[in-house]
Amino acid sequence: MSENIIEIQHLEKNFGSHKVLSDIDFSVKKGDVTTIIGVSGSGKSTLLRCINVLENPSGGKILFHGEDIDAKGFSLNDYRAKVGMVFQSFNLFSNMTVLQNCMVGQIKVLGRKKAEAEEKARYFLEKVGMLPYINAKPKQLSGGQKQRVAIARALAMEPEVLLFDEPTSALDPQMVGEVLAVMRQLASEGLTMIVVTHEMAFARDVSSRVVFMKDGVIWEQGTPEDIFSNPQREETKDFLSRFIN
Amino acid sequence: MAEFIEGIIKVWNGYGSAFLDGALNTLIVSFVGTAVGCLIGFGVGIVQTIPIDRKDPAWKRVLLTIVNLILKGYVELFRGTPMIVQSVFIYYGVIIVFDYKMDIYFAALLIVSINTGAYMAETVRGGILSIDPGQTEGAKAIGMNHVQTMINVIIPQAFRNIIPQIGNNFIINIKDTSVLSVIGFADLFFQHKSAAGALYLFFHSASIVMVIYLVMTVTASFLLRLLEKKLDGDDNYDLATTDTLAHTSGMYTYHPKEKTLEDFK
Repeated sequence: MSENIIEIQHLEKNFGSHKVLSDIDFSVKKGDVTTIIGVSGSGKSTLLRCINVLENPSGGKILFHGEDIDAKGFSLNDYRAKVGMVFQSFNLFSNMTVLQNCMVGQIKVLGRKKAEAEEKARYFLEKVGMLPYINAKPKQLSGGQKQRVAIARALAMEPEVLLFDEPTSALDPQMVGEVLAVMRQLASEGLTMIVVTHEMAFARDVSSRVVFMKDGVIWEQGTPEDIFSNPQREETKDFLSRFIN
Repeated sequence: MAEFIEGIIKVWNGYGSAFLDGALNTLIVSFVGTAVGCLIGFGVGIVQTIPIDRKDPAWKRVLLTIVNLILKGYVELFRGTPMIVQSVFIYYGVIIVFDYKMDIYFAALLIVSINTGAYMAETVRGGILSIDPGQTEGAKAIGMNHVQTMINVIIPQAFRNIIPQIGNNFIINIKDTSVLSVIGFADLFFQHKSAAGALYLFFHSASIVMVIYLVMTVTASFLLRLLEKKLDGDDNYDLATTDTLAHTSGMYTYHPKEKTLEDFK
């Protein structure tokens, strides 16, 4: 049995008196593709943002290779370099070209040499089909292209886990396809991923685990077969019926 | 009319080179003052936008609060008083308190810089706050710390956004450095006062000085527009190859040059 990369124990998050997440427990092993599904407002994105500490959890623990990320002396920046994130709104650095976007983190955070960083950036940009655009600025790209660059930027850090926060929700259907194609390929290559998504086909076909959330609680988790073909909870059935039909 | 032109020529012959010297001094002090003021503004603006996290140790929070109070005081003091009074206050204040007579050029640069810095601090703060929080999150998500995020991502974008304001300040400084003549700084207005006083040709001298000021400000605003355009770059990206994943029809502006007979020779 391989070791858990990320283990979440009793995670809680409140915004003021509003409880967004309560008692979240789950873990991610190397090579897992975990998809988190559920209606909007169920806390999926907040959970993902807590994992990357873009939101400070209000309670519970997140362990990275068994180490508490909230512990004193734990470097949050090193941790974030190993746990990449792809956002719904891309968040490419608009003052940099595509190539620079994929190099800056490698140089500033990982301390790589410029030549090495460029080689890596080119490799991953080619993987997502964006090599012809290395000198473009983000504003010159379409949404799907921006998201593919954002994926390359995250990959260039060679993270152990990559988090996707509704990566296709801001895209029109045509562009969703190109981004999902890239993500499917990454999954098949064994990248560890946690994906918050509304793309049920992706969750069913690509992921190794599916987590269903509602009202800030995990109602059910299991293999795609368990969740999609044989859901145990009424809430899960109810949610899925709206998507499958 | 002939008399007016005669007067102009008389002033110009007597004081033309002094005017140009004064104009040069005005330009130098305005330019350096704006540049240094920008640096001060960025410094103050960056410190003022350091996020205070609940997990930060108490001493850091206290220190930041005190520093922010001091900076706020600086901004209010120099934004809230006229530069002409500031120049007298600082120049003669230093003489009395420190028993030291500043070089007049240095004094002029100092006054314009800290005055501009106070204005720029607010501008920079606004510029930083106007950047989409997603940019900071993107930087954090790849492990950048606050300083790295600021230097590599936020400041360059904030800088682009506040160029019009920096230009505005530069142009204001070109005109407002005229108040430095009150401490005897030999700028363009100072030369005008000497010329007009010696020749009793106030209107004629002022006409020339008006034109010189106008030429400087118009040129400055033209150059700033040019800089903005250059920084923005093109809205389209010319691409000869095709992106195999995206449907790209109608997205690019690739116009291969039509071949002419010359190309085959």
